[in-house]
Amino acid sequence: MERKIRVLVGKPGLDGHDRGAKVVAAALRDAGMEVIYTGLHQTCESIVDAAIQEDVQVVGLSILSGAHMTILPRILKLLKTRKAGDMIVIGGGIIPADDAKKLEKMGVRRLFGPGTPTVEIVDWIRANAGKVGKSGKVGKSGKVPRHQTVKKKKATAVARWRKKK
Amino acid sequence: MDGIEHRLRGLLRGEKRMIAQIISAVENDCAQGLLQNIFPYTGRAYHVGITGPPGAGKSTLVNAVAKQFLQQGKKIGIIAVDPSSPFSGGALLGDRVRMTDLAAHRDVFIRSMASRGSLGGLARTTKDAALVLDAAGMDYVLIETIGVGQVELDIAGVCDTTVVVLVPESGDSIQAMKAGLLEIADILVVNKSDRDGSERLVMELKFAMEMREREPDWEYPILMTTATEEKGIGQLVIALQAHIDHLSMTGKLEEQRKAKLLHHVHELVEQKIRSHLEENVMHEHDLRTLVDRIYRRRLDPYRVAERIARKIVKGSR
Repeated sequence: MERKIRVLVGKPGLDGHDRGAKVVAAALRDAGMEVIYTGLHQTCESIVDAAIQEDVQVVGLSILSGAHMTILPRILKLLKTRKAGDMIVIGGGIIPADDAKKLEKMGVRRLFGPGTPTVEIVDWIRANAGKVGKSGKVGKSGKVPRHQTVKKKKATAVARWRKKK
Repeated sequence: MDGIEHRLRGLLRGEKRMIAQIISAVENDCAQGLLQNIFPYTGRAYHVGITGPPGAGKSTLVNAVAKQFLQQGKKIGIIAVDPSSPFSGGALLGDRVRMTDLAAHRDVFIRSMASRGSLGGLARTTKDAALVLDAAGMDYVLIETIGVGQVELDIAGVCDTTVVVLVPESGDSIQAMKAGLLEIADILVVNKSDRDGSERLVMELKFAMEMREREPDWEYPILMTTATEEKGIGQLVIALQAHIDHLSMTGKLEEQRKAKLLHHVHELVEQKIRSHLEENVMHEHDLRTLVDRIYRRRLDPYRVAERIARKIVKGSR
């Protein structure tokens, strides 16, 4: 079994508009990811705590309140202090281009503005989250995770089967 | 440089990131060595299962119960299972939405799990994840199933006490007499009891439970709660504690846990045989070609199974 991509979709702060977050969450679910949705009005602390407990590779935050310059840097900082700086933070919402540049410099990996096709978000996460795979390494004394060897076998079996035909 | 030692130490210290990463490893089937090392440190936590139909209020109830336990100074681990899509393999895990009261509390660890194809109301690895939380020093591990129907009863094989949550709309006395869900209940809860019909349901449940073959010395509580307002939660916590006392005083706790361990070993053996079959004896594809011949009635499934079983036995000796 491959390492599933786990994504936290959070709504930090005070705005109560979660249609966008829900649309993204549903799209990621349909793309085969496990999406943890936190609900509205979350503090930065509770989002970071949830991200850690859920061991997600990606933290996706929807902010429509205009507080992005406060919230996003705070979440980045909290993740770092909790030794989870390796988690990928992305965001969406109404974020002016100047702010977006600053945020991306601070370490927000990507911001998706209004009108972004969900496919784009899915593809971006697939391209960027798969690489971490930290838990894939945990196994019996650092052996190659079993799913890789299994896959290889499957491939040869398919080839054999095709030849027969 | 042994990663296992390092991980184990972090886990026993209760480091949340470490707990989380170990659970991921367990979920992804790469933690056997680790689980072997964790197991000696388990057996101290008390495992409570919460099950019931979708929308019965399981998560909200877990939230309310956990709050009370926290007030008693206990450490709480929560595992909330939601279904994976059989089509995309994805899942939307939304139980945390009902548990925001517990967010960021030092003594709580909440983990959402996707069922990943299991059909019994839990994920295949939920039991092992609960052991991880046990080793991390939790006093209680609360396990919430996916919304169940009548026969997703895996939870009873994992927990010391099973709470079945129903709502006034759950059905009439005939529903209550059917086999399945109610049979695994140690405690019954009628949640959303501010709605019409809750008292009638309690009566019907009482009637149904009276006709059951009962465990001696245990009066099955049937409680009314309104989890969103935290009504009736105190009684539920008392009932949980009473059940723990009952189990330990009658010696049933040990008996039950031994039966569950036996079952666990059986399951693991089955898994091992299955993956041995897949990897070393006969691959799914080869089996498919055989099925082709079975379909055309050149072979029969009984003989094929017999032959494969023989091969497995030979291969392992």
